[in-house]
Amino acid sequence: MSLTLVLVQTLNGLQLGVLLFLIAAGLTLVFGVMDFINLAHGVQYMVGAYFAAWFTAMTGSFFVGLALALPSALLLGLLLEILVFRHLYGRDHLAQVLATFGVILFLNEAVRILWGAAPLSVPVPEILSGSIVLMPGLLYPVYRIAIIVAGLLIAVLLYFLVSHTRAGMLVRAGATHPRMVSALGVDIRRLFTLVFGFGAMLAGFAGIMIAPILSVEPGMGDQILILAFVVIVIGGIGSIRGAFVAALLIGLVDTLGRSFSGDLLRLVMSPAEASQTGRAIAPMLIYVLMAAVLFFRPAGLFPAAR
Amino acid sequence: MSDLVSSASTSDVPATPRLRGTVALLVPAAIFLAFALAPLLVHAGLDPFYLSIVVRIMIFAIAAVSLDLILGFGGLVSFGHAAFLGIGAYAVGILASHGAGDAFLQLPVALFASAVFAFLTGWISLRTKGVHFIMITLAFAQMAYFMMTSLSAYGGDDGMTLWTRSTVAGSKVLGDTTAFYYACLGALILSYAICRCLVVSRFGRVLRGAKENAVRMEAIGFDPFRFRLVAYVVSGMICGLAGFLLANHTEYVSPAYMAWQRSGELLIMVILGGLGTLHGAIIGATAFLFLEEWLAGFTEHWRIVFGPLLVLVAIFMERGILGAVTRRRR
Repeated sequence: MSLTLVLVQTLNGLQLGVLLFLIAAGLTLVFGVMDFINLAHGVQYMVGAYFAAWFTAMTGSFFVGLALALPSALLLGLLLEILVFRHLYGRDHLAQVLATFGVILFLNEAVRILWGAAPLSVPVPEILSGSIVLMPGLLYPVYRIAIIVAGLLIAVLLYFLVSHTRAGMLVRAGATHPRMVSALGVDIRRLFTLVFGFGAMLAGFAGIMIAPILSVEPGMGDQILILAFVVIVIGGIGSIRGAFVAALLIGLVDTLGRSFSGDLLRLVMSPAEASQTGRAIAPMLIYVLMAAVLFFRPAGLFPAAR
Repeated sequence: MSDLVSSASTSDVPATPRLRGTVALLVPAAIFLAFALAPLLVHAGLDPFYLSIVVRIMIFAIAAVSLDLILGFGGLVSFGHAAFLGIGAYAVGILASHGAGDAFLQLPVALFASAVFAFLTGWISLRTKGVHFIMITLAFAQMAYFMMTSLSAYGGDDGMTLWTRSTVAGSKVLGDTTAFYYACLGALILSYAICRCLVVSRFGRVLRGAKENAVRMEAIGFDPFRFRLVAYVVSGMICGLAGFLLANHTEYVSPAYMAWQRSGELLIMVILGGLGTLHGAIIGATAFLFLEEWLAGFTEHWRIVFGPLLVLVAIFMERGILGAVTRRRR
C-alpha cells in the first residue's frame, strides 16, 4: 500500500465521483422537483456513450463527436419526456417504475439492434492521450484528469445556474414548494420539461466523457443507475450540493474500498482470508453506507428544505 | 361477475379482499384449475417444453404473490425482493455442494435463512418510509447480490450448476417432470392460501389500516411496525420458497437471481396484474412470462416490443390487467 498507489486510486475515485455527479445531478432534480422515479436515467447515459462512439467514428474527431452527441442526448431526453414521462407526473411511483423499466428494455435493445451486442470502443483524442508525471513516480493518464476537470467545471456551472439565475431559482422553488410556484403563475410543465432535458443531457455528457476509457455496450447504464440512486439518497433527494458531496464520497469509498480493504483486513486476518473477505466486503461498502445514512438521517446528508 | 371482483380490485378505498362470495372465488379457482389441467394438453399433443414454461410461471407467481402481500396490502414497495429468491436458491446450491441434497433439510434452511434476512433487514428498513424504503430494500438486496458474486467458493459470478434436483426423503421424485409440476402448483396454492388467510384476518385488517393511515392505527392502539415486520418476514419466507423451487427447476443457481432487474421484474408482475388482490399477482406473472416467451418466438429482439408495451400499460391501465377487465365489465 504505497503512497503512490493511494494517490492514484484517490484520483480514480475522484474521477468516478465526478462522473457519478454528472449522472446524479439530473436524477436528483427530476426526483426532487417532479417527485418522479426515473429508472431510465441510466440508459440515457448509455445512449450518450453510443452517440459519442457513433459520431466520433463518423467524423473522425472526438470533439466534433462530442459537439454532435450532446444535442442528440438532449433531443432524446426531450423526446422521452414528451412521449412517456409527461403522462406520469403526479402518478403513483409504481406506475413510473413500470414505465421507465419499459424504457430501459426498449433502449437497451434498440442500441443492440442499431450497433450490435459487441462492445464499441472510442479512441482517446490525440491531444488528451498519454500520461503526465504528477509527482516523481506518479504517472497519470491525461484523459482521466480531463474528465475530473470537466466534471468539476460542470459542477461550478451548475452551482451558478441553480443559485444565481432565475431558472435556477424556479427549480429550487419547484423542488420545495411545487404547488406554490405553480400558483404564482410559473408554467411548471415547461419547467419540468426543461429540467428533464437538462438532466438527460448531463447524463449523456457523462456517457460521452467515459466512452474513451470504458467499452460502450448495451446495459452499461444499469449498474451506474443504481450507484446514482445511492448518491442522491445519501446526498438528500433534490439537493445538487448533496449530490456533489455524496458522489465524491461514493466514488472514493468504492474505489479505495475495492483496492485497499484486503490490505486493511490483513492487519487482523491471515492474508488469504483477508483477500477473500476484502473482495466480498468491498462492493458492499457503499450500500452499507447508504443503509446507515438512511437509518440515521433518512432525509440524507443535505436535505432539501421542505 | 361484477361487483365483488371490482370492489376487490378497482377501488380507491383499500382493496377489500372480502372474497366470501362464491363468484369472487371463481377467479383464483379458475386460475388454479387451468394450471392443474395444463399437463393434460401434453397428452393432447402439445410440446412438453411448454410445461417447463408453466412451471417457471408458477414459481414466479409464488414470488409475485409474496410481494403483493406487502405491496398491495401493506403499501411497502420493496425494490429488493429478488434477494429472497436468491437466498432460497443458494440454500439449495450451497447445501447440495456439501452433499446435503434432501429437501427436508434444504427447504427448512431456505425458509429459515429467508426469515432471518427478512427480520434483520425489515427491522431496519421499516423505520423508513416511502422512497427511502424503496432505496433501503434495494441496498440490502445489492449487498446480498455482491456478497454472492464474490463468494468464489460457491461459484461467484458464474453461479453454480446443481447435479441433480433435491431428493425428498431420499427419493428422486422431484426429478420427474409431472411430479415437480404438481409440487410447484401445490406450493403456489399453499402460498396463495396463506396470504389470503392473512389478509382477511384481523392481522390483515391492521396491515391495510396502517397502509391507509398509520397514525390513526397507532391512535387506536396498534403498533404498525410490528405488523409490517411480521408481514415482511412471511413475505420473505414465501419468496424464499419460490427460490428453492427455482433452483430445482433450472438446476442452476446464480447471483443474477438477486440482481436489481429481477426485483424490478417482480414489481412489474404485481403492478401488471393489479395490486392488492393476490390473484392479480398470479395473472401478472403469467402475462409477463408468457409475453416474454411468446414475443421471443418472433424475434430475439423481443424487448423492443415488450418495453413500449410496459410503458402503455403504465400510462393507460392504471390498475393493471385485472383492473382493466373488471372496469370494462362493470
